[in-house]
Amino acid sequence: MNVSAPFSEAGTPHKKPEQALKGAISIRNVTKIYDPEGVNVMAVDNASMEIAGGEVCMIVGPSGCGKTTLLNAIAGFHSITSGEIRLDGELLCGPGKPKAKQGADRMVVFQHGALFPWKTLAENVAYGPIVQGALSKSLAMEKARHMLADAGLGDVGNKYPGEVSSGMARRAEIVRALINDPKVLLLDEPYRAMDALTKSIMHESLLETYDRTKVTIFFITHDLEEAIFLGDKVHIVTTRPCQLKKTVNVDIPRPRSYAVQSSEQFRVLMEEVNEAVHEEAIKAFEAGERELA
Amino acid sequence: MAQAASKSKNTRRTAPPKGFALFLYRLKKSFSTPTPYLTIAGVGLWIFVYWLLCEGLRVDRFDKIPGPVAVARDWFSPEPFQGISIFTEAYWNHIYVSCRRIAIAFAIATGVGVPLGLFMGWSKKIRDYIFPILETLRPIPILAWVPLAILMLPGFEAPVIFLATLASLFVTTLNTMLGVESIDEEYFRAAGCLGSSNWDIFKNVVVPGALPFIFTGLQISIGVAWFSLVAAEMVSGDHGLGYLIVDSYVNSVTIPMVIGMLTLGLIGWLTSILVRSLGNYLMQWHVRELALQGR
Repeated sequence: MNVSAPFSEAGTPHKKPEQALKGAISIRNVTKIYDPEGVNVMAVDNASMEIAGGEVCMIVGPSGCGKTTLLNAIAGFHSITSGEIRLDGELLCGPGKPKAKQGADRMVVFQHGALFPWKTLAENVAYGPIVQGALSKSLAMEKARHMLADAGLGDVGNKYPGEVSSGMARRAEIVRALINDPKVLLLDEPYRAMDALTKSIMHESLLETYDRTKVTIFFITHDLEEAIFLGDKVHIVTTRPCQLKKTVNVDIPRPRSYAVQSSEQFRVLMEEVNEAVHEEAIKAFEAGERELA
Repeated sequence: MAQAASKSKNTRRTAPPKGFALFLYRLKKSFSTPTPYLTIAGVGLWIFVYWLLCEGLRVDRFDKIPGPVAVARDWFSPEPFQGISIFTEAYWNHIYVSCRRIAIAFAIATGVGVPLGLFMGWSKKIRDYIFPILETLRPIPILAWVPLAILMLPGFEAPVIFLATLASLFVTTLNTMLGVESIDEEYFRAAGCLGSSNWDIFKNVVVPGALPFIFTGLQISIGVAWFSLVAAEMVSGDHGLGYLIVDSYVNSVTIPMVIGMLTLGLIGWLTSILVRSLGNYLMQWHVRELALQGR
């Protein structure tokens, strides 16, 4: 595993290699059938995926294909109909346990942002350790301020989310997730509503965070460049019901800079992903038309 | 000299003004907008029309109503012609009695209504128990409760307070419940992810998330409390502004009647401002967000 290597090289003996590998997700034959008003809608059909610990796994697929359903199942927001999902070998949900328990080992960063608007950024970040009883209130606030400062948000810790830019808010939300030392970071199109410039800053900050923490990242997106630039693997899923169509390995070495986006290697990968996604996009579009007609 | 003055004028303020300086700043700023002038013009126009109808032109039937001059003369006179002015003890007693009733009724209605609404919005089970009853009782006009209240409760005070409480309770409960429902599902999910217990979610998501709706509800509810209080005082009171109005009418002294009405309007407005200020104080995040949107 290439993931354990940086730690041993950096000479950090207090971190055991298996700690670096935490957060392996195994999705096996997962099916999810929604039943709104007596009509079965299959959102996910027999999807299987193996995500190694410390991997950046990008999920790309057409809108409404069931990617979020998968994320919700891992996070414990929704049940699954059959199959199983394991985190580091432990059963999250599966036979006899349709819905995973929500926990701080899997932190979600939401599409529209879910910082509590009634708490300041620092209070938001400190919230997790406080309610888990991990830290006292004052220690948690101190740690939150430190982590915000590390993320370049030291000056705005006392502001409310409504007072800062969306980029800052999103970065603070990732800090709020990381303070809990999660095994997995689940991101559902977190940069969707951002302009290209802000997005590029967010990408660099996420990569920097990843290089530091090596947390497993499960990242849903529509943006193919984003997928290749950030990911170790890009999983392309089919239109509904969601199944794994193709996995593209991105072997661009880390740390990555924005310059790689203009390289030949990047262009080839882009073509490969684009081809697979485009096929599905057409299918999804046609299916959408049929549903309406 | 002039240079120094212009220099100090151009100095950029880095720290926001506080306390009295903030008040002066806001006052100064408000005089550069049309708002205060329009308000003064509006009030002036209203009083002028009132005067024209009752005292200027003496339009038929309006001539029995005391005009602004007659009312003002009595209201601010040490020896009022018809017995009620800011110098008489009776006037302040009526105000005190009504305010005391409102304070008790509003406190009970808020103390019961807010928790009830929070739990109803949060738990479907509690809601299923209570909501149908609430929805059946709510459309009954508060005046229809008057006979029942008099039969049920002893004395003058209890029925009046009961009626005001009831009216404002419905508004508070319903608005609080809607407030909880308005909270985005993602905040609950985020709180769950972060390891919150149910009680943590209640404290940190349900209550603060519903607060903007709660305070909108409280502003309406204090208005409704005044409304039903006066109705109740008219029927079964022995003091209070509602009683003053109906008692003056019965005794054919029309000036105290109008004084009572205007006093009600002013005090109602004042209590509404109090509730709004308390809300703004508790919801700095909301105020600042709105301010950035230019509201």
